[in-house]
Amino acid sequence: MKFFEEKVFKVLMYVALLIVCGVVLSIVYTIFSKGWSAMSWDMVSKLPGGGFYIGKEGGFLNAIVGSLMIVGASTVLGLLISIPVVFYLNIYLKRKSKLAYTARLVYDILFGVPSIVYGAFGFTIMVYLGLKTSLLGGIIVITLLIIPIFIRSMDEAARDFPRDILDATYSLGATRYQTIKVVLRQIAPGIATATLLSIGRAIGDAAAVMFTAGYTDSIPTALSQPAATLPLAVFFQLSSPIPEVQDRAYAAAFVLTVLVLILSVLGRYFTNKFSKNKL
Amino acid sequence: MKFKLLVDRLAGSFMWILVLVSVLLLIVIGLGLYIKSIPILEENTLQSLLFSSSWSPMKGEFGFLPFLMGTLWVTVIAIVLALPVALLTAIFLTEYAKPVIKKYFFPALDILAALPSVIYGVWGTLLIVPFIADRLSPHFVEFSTGYSALAGGIVLGIMILPLLVSLMIEIFSAVSVDYREASWSLGATKWQTIKRVLLLKTSPGILAAVVLAISRAFGETIAVLMVCGNMPIMPQSIFDSCYPIPALIANNYGEMLSLPLYESALMFAALILFVVVFLFNVLSRMVLYRIEKKFNI
Repeated sequence: MKFFEEKVFKVLMYVALLIVCGVVLSIVYTIFSKGWSAMSWDMVSKLPGGGFYIGKEGGFLNAIVGSLMIVGASTVLGLLISIPVVFYLNIYLKRKSKLAYTARLVYDILFGVPSIVYGAFGFTIMVYLGLKTSLLGGIIVITLLIIPIFIRSMDEAARDFPRDILDATYSLGATRYQTIKVVLRQIAPGIATATLLSIGRAIGDAAAVMFTAGYTDSIPTALSQPAATLPLAVFFQLSSPIPEVQDRAYAAAFVLTVLVLILSVLGRYFTNKFSKNKL
Repeated sequence: MKFKLLVDRLAGSFMWILVLVSVLLLIVIGLGLYIKSIPILEENTLQSLLFSSSWSPMKGEFGFLPFLMGTLWVTVIAIVLALPVALLTAIFLTEYAKPVIKKYFFPALDILAALPSVIYGVWGTLLIVPFIADRLSPHFVEFSTGYSALAGGIVLGIMILPLLVSLMIEIFSAVSVDYREASWSLGATKWQTIKRVLLLKTSPGILAAVVLAISRAFGETIAVLMVCGNMPIMPQSIFDSCYPIPALIANNYGEMLSLPLYESALMFAALILFVVVFLFNVLSRMVLYRIEKKFNI
């Protein structure tokens, strides 16, 4: 009798597992089948032509380039800010430091703050500074959005950093600052994983850039011009009543999904390489 | 010799400033949104803002109740759907699964976590919405477009699954094997051990994980915007359309500068989100930190 309940729940567990797998497959399949049939070389190589939004020719190169610009710039900025922070938290501060505890808590909260709030906040700052929706605004907000992700996942790698190595460098006369070379080398796979995670989040975010980067049909040539992004391309075109335009939303969704899947696979690869026996 | 110590000190101060600035960002966001929502808070009482259901910005009436209810409905549906699946999955993965299954299952969770919300939105409009409109709702109500609280709840539930599962796996693995072995040695079956030892021991952690997932669901924007229907009415059933707060902000940012107080109202909406997410996160993170500390040392 006592095994009966276990059997029932085990079946339920398999059902749960199947649900999760089924949902993943269903999403990927839906996006791929819908997107593939709408895909063409023009989509990814051309800017929206005249009458694009009533179903005439063109593609969404503007969105791809815009997304890449925003993501590229904010990833670099995010790395530059978060590496020193993680280094400071783990090397300069003591294990039990109050500042480190508070800082980690704050980054966790910032990680939980919805992107629409970042967007609204970024928008108020931009109105305050007299800026219009622009590439620069998008880059700043996305940077703010991904810094907590960077810090959190790099911090996890840095916390497992073996203390012995630190002691060894100190004993050779290195200052805390000089150990940065050793530390960076050691946690390099962690940094790679963090970067991929952040890129994934940055490229898929729509709510924050909607407020700050705006949308445009051309490729921005200056930081002050608005920039289109892939998620918004999907969102805006899907809300059109014209089937041809909706098809483009599926094609854009397809491109976005492929990008994100590549990032995810790479990320898993680095994590596995980094921690072989960790769950 | 002195020089490198100076560099060390300087670099230290520079990094300290970076830490401080990034920590202050949290306060600045809260403060900025609060300052922006002062105008509407001066015009209306907090009660009328939160508990009035008349929303017409043209007339200057800003009652957030329909949106609060919309958010509440989708969030509750999402948690109710996601929690059992997440619990069972996490228990299976930590207690029963062979390494092979883990090896193939984790990438699936990764994908779920990595997919942008707009993709979930597309999937929701293509599959879930028609399913509700054509198959599900005719059994219960006369008519539904499918763009409903239920659609939002299902999509959100799937979106918070990876977060719930990964948190729970972390929590379950933090319980040392000794507890399990003690229970087994008393003749308890694996399932009895899970039920009476593991789940009991980790109940604060599970609660924290759920709260964290709720706060994630709270702020999700684009996906719910695409499947919820966005009508500023109080939903009467799960097949009615609803209008969660994030969708409200995202949908109206374009015209918010054209009406008096409208901008302030939307910033107040963002402030509500921020405050809720802030409180939920502080509470659940502190619980999770304590668990981590208790079991790791």
